[in-house]
Amino acid sequence: MNRVFSKLMSTLGYTVQYYCIAHCTFQYVANIVVCTGPSMEPTIYTDDILITERLTLNYRNLQRGDIIIARCPSSPRDQICKRITGLPGDRMITELGRSSIVPRGHVWIEGDNRSNSSDSRSYGPIPQGLIKSRAVCKVWPPQEICSFTE
Amino acid sequence: MKIPNFVKSLLVGLPVGVTILDTVGYVARVDGISMQPALNPDRESTDYVFLNRWAIQTRTEIERGDIISMVSPKDPEQKIIKRVVGIEGDIIATLGYKREVVRVPEGHCWVEGDHTGHSMDSNNFGPVSLGLVTAKASCIVWPPSRWQYIKSFLPESRHPLNNTVQ
Repeated sequence: MNRVFSKLMSTLGYTVQYYCIAHCTFQYVANIVVCTGPSMEPTIYTDDILITERLTLNYRNLQRGDIIIARCPSSPRDQICKRITGLPGDRMITELGRSSIVPRGHVWIEGDNRSNSSDSRSYGPIPQGLIKSRAVCKVWPPQEICSFTE
Repeated sequence: MKIPNFVKSLLVGLPVGVTILDTVGYVARVDGISMQPALNPDRESTDYVFLNRWAIQTRTEIERGDIISMVSPKDPEQKIIKRVVGIEGDIIATLGYKREVVRVPEGHCWVEGDHTGHSMDSNNFGPVSLGLVTAKASCIVWPPSRWQYIKSFLPESRHPLNNTVQ
């Protein structure tokens, strides 16, 4: 009985440890993301798998052209995958044809599929604090493996 | 190769510690006067509050009157602590924002410091996305004389316009 109990406890201990290591890795180092939706075609299609990292993600080195994973501004549980097209100070054109200047601490994001993407053109610049990670490469499907950082 | 014992325990202990801080909560110092009188009521003392991460992760909806910490929309490297005045759908009479009345959009909230006029809040940068909210301040833990749970509280004058009984 005692042996079963101690075996159980050590299994539990290992589970907690591995959970914590996984949490920290996914939260602070790198993550695997499965994309859905047409907004980033032709770069990324539905069910493509990306590796994203946040180790070197520094709000000062964001660049136009980076593909980022961010929380959706209108529903914080969802994540969106878009490309940064404007940095603070840039003048951007909204859906309605008006121009808008990206404020400090924000970025302007757009999908590559401009005809089918809900992005900054409709909801405006998003705070940089919503950015969770930056896409590094595509690993699935195998014939389309490529890196996003040139 | 033999790994020394203390390195081994560090390799395991560090992720465990970080995960606990991430999911349960942590203690943080409150800087500035923007939340007077609820936090930092006088110049001499600095309050330390327990920031409850669990409350944000398990239920999405934050309520009017809660004190929350969030990433500043103006500077992603700065955290701010404010009181939630309006949740999505509320109509807020603003105090010096570019529009007099604002409807809080979906997935956003309206936050204000208690110290009106001395606070960088939604009256300055508008409604903020809930995705920026990191934790709910649940109690003041230091100094000991200030030990208390933080009550959810909203002054009568700051209730949303669509919610007041006429």
